[in-house]
Amino acid sequence: MELKRVVVTGLGALTPVGNTVAEYWNGLTNGVSGAAPITRFDASKFKTQFACEVKGYDAEKYFDRKEARKMDLFSQFAMVVAEEAVNDAKLIDSGIDPDRIGVIWGSGIGGLRTFQEECVNFANGDGTPRFNPFFIPKMIADISAGHISIKYGFRGPNFVTVSACASATNALIDSFNYIRLGMADVIVSGGSEAAVTEAGVGGFNALKALSERNDSPETASRPFDQDRDGFVLGEGAGALVLEEYEHAKARGAKIYAEVIGGGMSADAYHITAPHPDGLGALNVMKNVLRDAGIKPEEVDYINVHGTSTPLGDVSEVKAIQTVFGDHAYNLNISSTKSMTGHLLGAAGAIEAIASILAIQNNVVPPTINHFTDDENFDQKLNFTFNKAQEREVKIALSNTFGFGGHNTSVLFRQVND
Amino acid sequence: MSEIAEKVKAIIIDKLGVEESEVTPEASFTNDLGADSLDTVELIMEFEKEFNVSIPDDQAENIATVGQAVSYLEEHAK
Repeated sequence: MELKRVVVTGLGALTPVGNTVAEYWNGLTNGVSGAAPITRFDASKFKTQFACEVKGYDAEKYFDRKEARKMDLFSQFAMVVAEEAVNDAKLIDSGIDPDRIGVIWGSGIGGLRTFQEECVNFANGDGTPRFNPFFIPKMIADISAGHISIKYGFRGPNFVTVSACASATNALIDSFNYIRLGMADVIVSGGSEAAVTEAGVGGFNALKALSERNDSPETASRPFDQDRDGFVLGEGAGALVLEEYEHAKARGAKIYAEVIGGGMSADAYHITAPHPDGLGALNVMKNVLRDAGIKPEEVDYINVHGTSTPLGDVSEVKAIQTVFGDHAYNLNISSTKSMTGHLLGAAGAIEAIASILAIQNNVVPPTINHFTDDENFDQKLNFTFNKAQEREVKIALSNTFGFGGHNTSVLFRQVND
Repeated sequence: MSEIAEKVKAIIIDKLGVEESEVTPEASFTNDLGADSLDTVELIMEFEKEFNVSIPDDQAENIATVGQAVSYLEEHAK
């Protein structure tokens, strides 16, 4: 059976550095930090008091009040970016059979705020259960894909992938696979997350995963810097419309890039710590190159997982050097999490968009907040520190890894015809 | 309008996102005010909370309009 080709024909973004794709790219290429003191709750007693929140988000701009009340913020974010991507790809009134349009979304956690509030209400009561009937359908991580399908009437494959911070990349890979197998013509994919809540920040603080640089939030996310001290929690969403290539060409759709490979692997090592030699990261990059049938030398840019944790950054770079050998020195490597923070289950979506826009614009967004070299990293590597760099990007690789030892990589290629 | 009727109206406007003018005594939650089955469950729960009553399921099934809710609560509210 011959596999079909898959391209990206629509994008949507709602991020800590910009609330549309254009604003997001503008923020990334200008090296803007999305970190600031937490506004979603009183964080004064928390070890970490800042995060990368979406700025100026007003639910009433997008939803009527009744609709908004039935959706956790993570689903609202999903709906906002799906709308931008669906419009961008001109899917409405396109004549495409809705049975052939799917929605495969990613979310690591789901409706954490909803879960937290309902449990707090119960705990504060007299033991009488007064759970809201919308509690479960607001909280479950799969509901965002349901909402998107209901709004647009897309009746193809529909589900959400859950693999912590790799969730959205798993969603992209599943979408890619279903389209190349001929099981759908178009899939609205991506991911969303809204975990800046007491339980989210408190939980990640307890894991000692978050930066505690409260005196300088905007410089806290500093992947590959000697003084990095953990990731910065982010929130938001990204959407990508994936479409079968001939289908896209036949309807004259704008084509951003081709998806040429997806890779998956497991560390099989520890629930939260990465494998010290980056074994899972190494395998996933080998897998994605093999799936795409390209040589390591063909890759121009790697948008790394690079969360700014002491251990994770080291093992990922080790893996890159093993897989790419001397070509590692020719690559541009950057962690856009230095600007956006870590969007958990949505990270793979917004980073895929960053990789695709790097191909479109031949500009590599930077790793900001580099102050001090760390001897753990080969300084001959080009980490795209502090300023965006112009270079031709024909092929870009995006890595995302999740708690549980889930590793995912996806490859995008420039489309000329 | 009684105090209970005022409160019932406010809850319905808040939960169903409808205009005040739509909330007439005859208005049916599902047929006129756009409520689905989950909305109706939520409304009943809000009435229970606001008026400190417990509405058994078999009686809740008979509360389908604004007027029926007001009558029930005027009779049972503590």
